[in-house]
Amino acid sequence: MLRNLLLLLAMASPLIAPPAIAQDGPLRIEIDEGVIEPLPFAAPTFIAETPRAAVLAEEITRIVAADLVGTGLFREIPREAHIGRVTSFNSPVEYADWRAINAQALVIGAVNTDGTNVTVKFRLFDVFANAPLGDGLQFGGNAANIRRLAHKVADQVYSRITGEGGYFDSRVVYVAESGPKNARQKRLAVMDYDGANTRYLTDAASIVLAPRFSPNGDRVLYTSYETGFPRIYALDLNRLTRRALDDQPGTMTFAPRFAPDGNTVVFSLAQGGNTDIYALNLSTGARQRLTSAASIETAPSFSPDGRFIVYESDQSGTQQLYIMSANGGEARRISFGKGRYGTPVWSPRGDQIAFTKQYKGRFHIGVMRTDGSEERLLTASFLDEGPTWAPNGRVIMFTRETAGAGGAPALYSVDITGRNLRRVATQGAGSDPAWSPLLP
Amino acid sequence: MKVITKSLLLVGALAVAGCTDPGRFGGGAGSVGGGFGDGAGGLGSASDPRSPAYFQQTIGDRVLFAVDQSTLTPEAIAVLDGQAQWLFDNPEFTAIIEGHADEQGTREYNVALGARRANAVQEYLVSRGVAPNRLRTVSYGKERPIEICSTEVCYAQNRRAVTVVAAGLTS
Repeated sequence: MLRNLLLLLAMASPLIAPPAIAQDGPLRIEIDEGVIEPLPFAAPTFIAETPRAAVLAEEITRIVAADLVGTGLFREIPREAHIGRVTSFNSPVEYADWRAINAQALVIGAVNTDGTNVTVKFRLFDVFANAPLGDGLQFGGNAANIRRLAHKVADQVYSRITGEGGYFDSRVVYVAESGPKNARQKRLAVMDYDGANTRYLTDAASIVLAPRFSPNGDRVLYTSYETGFPRIYALDLNRLTRRALDDQPGTMTFAPRFAPDGNTVVFSLAQGGNTDIYALNLSTGARQRLTSAASIETAPSFSPDGRFIVYESDQSGTQQLYIMSANGGEARRISFGKGRYGTPVWSPRGDQIAFTKQYKGRFHIGVMRTDGSEERLLTASFLDEGPTWAPNGRVIMFTRETAGAGGAPALYSVDITGRNLRRVATQGAGSDPAWSPLLP
Repeated sequence: MKVITKSLLLVGALAVAGCTDPGRFGGGAGSVGGGFGDGAGGLGSASDPRSPAYFQQTIGDRVLFAVDQSTLTPEAIAVLDGQAQWLFDNPEFTAIIEGHADEQGTREYNVALGARRANAVQEYLVSRGVAPNRLRTVSYGKERPIEICSTEVCYAQNRRAVTVVAAGLTS
């Protein structure tokens, strides 16, 4: 039965089955409103192997279940409906008890702690196949990090059932917003992917924009107005130290992004009213100009192999997407639909580009293949912008801002099939999310 | 009642501070994030033709732009001619030209667009004889709208370049 879900996922994947394309032109794509039937699973409270582990076991079980349910691909069968009882981690599973309540997957686990460190082990079963799905696994860590341990368990369950990589043990850096619309205060913040453990990285004294993680998640690039002018900075997340990266009088710099090597940063530099893309080698300080048109070139994003950069340019008269070599040179336009295209972000798998599209006064988050084909719009609202990919390339997070004097931004996530649109549980308003890689 | 009183005060402060205080958008001299209440001090009296207040209110400190454009309109040029003359008459002043965009655009593109608008103003003022070293530009993109509704009435006011004058050097 678990294979049915795999099949559904495969069918939902645009990589295998192209979505319905409207008749009058290849680029007018309809959002797939289809509904997938979530896979029912049971997750009885993990066994506490010592009395002091009881509270942790309950919390970890809830986090694992919440991760799975939050994908929209799974449905938890409530504990009250359970017939079977799991009393020992190693005792044989009574499959019939779980079949009777139509649980297709069963997750059991056990938690132990000495007060400082915690270990979590789990086993996953395909109930209708009467068989375990993969081996049991154990994770250990400090008691302060039990959410991460739970996310690691959930990543394993998700990954074994869907065949996709996980994404729960990850973080999101974003801009926390407060205050009225004409005097918004902005702070850089980092949180777990699900909104837990928010930590503020800057104070509200200066406007900050559009942070991005380094490839291994240890640093964050962002733009700040702390000198009175937009400038790019790199923040070390462990030491909480930061440095200005490119400080030339008479220029403004913004839109910084890491290359996959973690040592090259591409960014936009505005000088004399013209904005172009530059590359900076962090270890040597060498700077290279990658574009030189009189138009606006900004919002660069590297391909995962580091060979190409997708970016936006208005050289045609409106914002459109282009791909060039990582060393600059001739660019190829990839967006040809109606409207304006901006904020391209290359998927971690390398095969798709997420973007913001503006058309007829509405904003959309969409995806297209790297040659511009198979464009699909995933969302529509007054103002959606700035997509970022989950580490497994299946989910996109973005900013949705509401209209009017009381309008405020919030973070949302959506599956790349266009399903499972959800508001992310941030503390207060937020914008400009950027997803970290999967944590080590 | 307290809440109402406070918001009235804020509106009052905004109206006075208007748009002439460099660094009032956070960054620079100790302003906290937004434009309230820290700007009224240095403007002087609007009846003094040598004051920033006079520049702001009588000369006109801002020009507006069409959607996605940085071309100066005839109205804008008339305002900028006045600004150039004022800067000629008041050589001890320097200016920061702020470019702004409305909210109908992506964030980073709007920073670039604001830079274009500020530059259009700077180039025009230089062409009218203002020394380039008295002028600097900054773009706020869509980060600091002056009007907060989500209709063209407000957007038109937000697509602007504001010349903020101050006595002293810009850099």
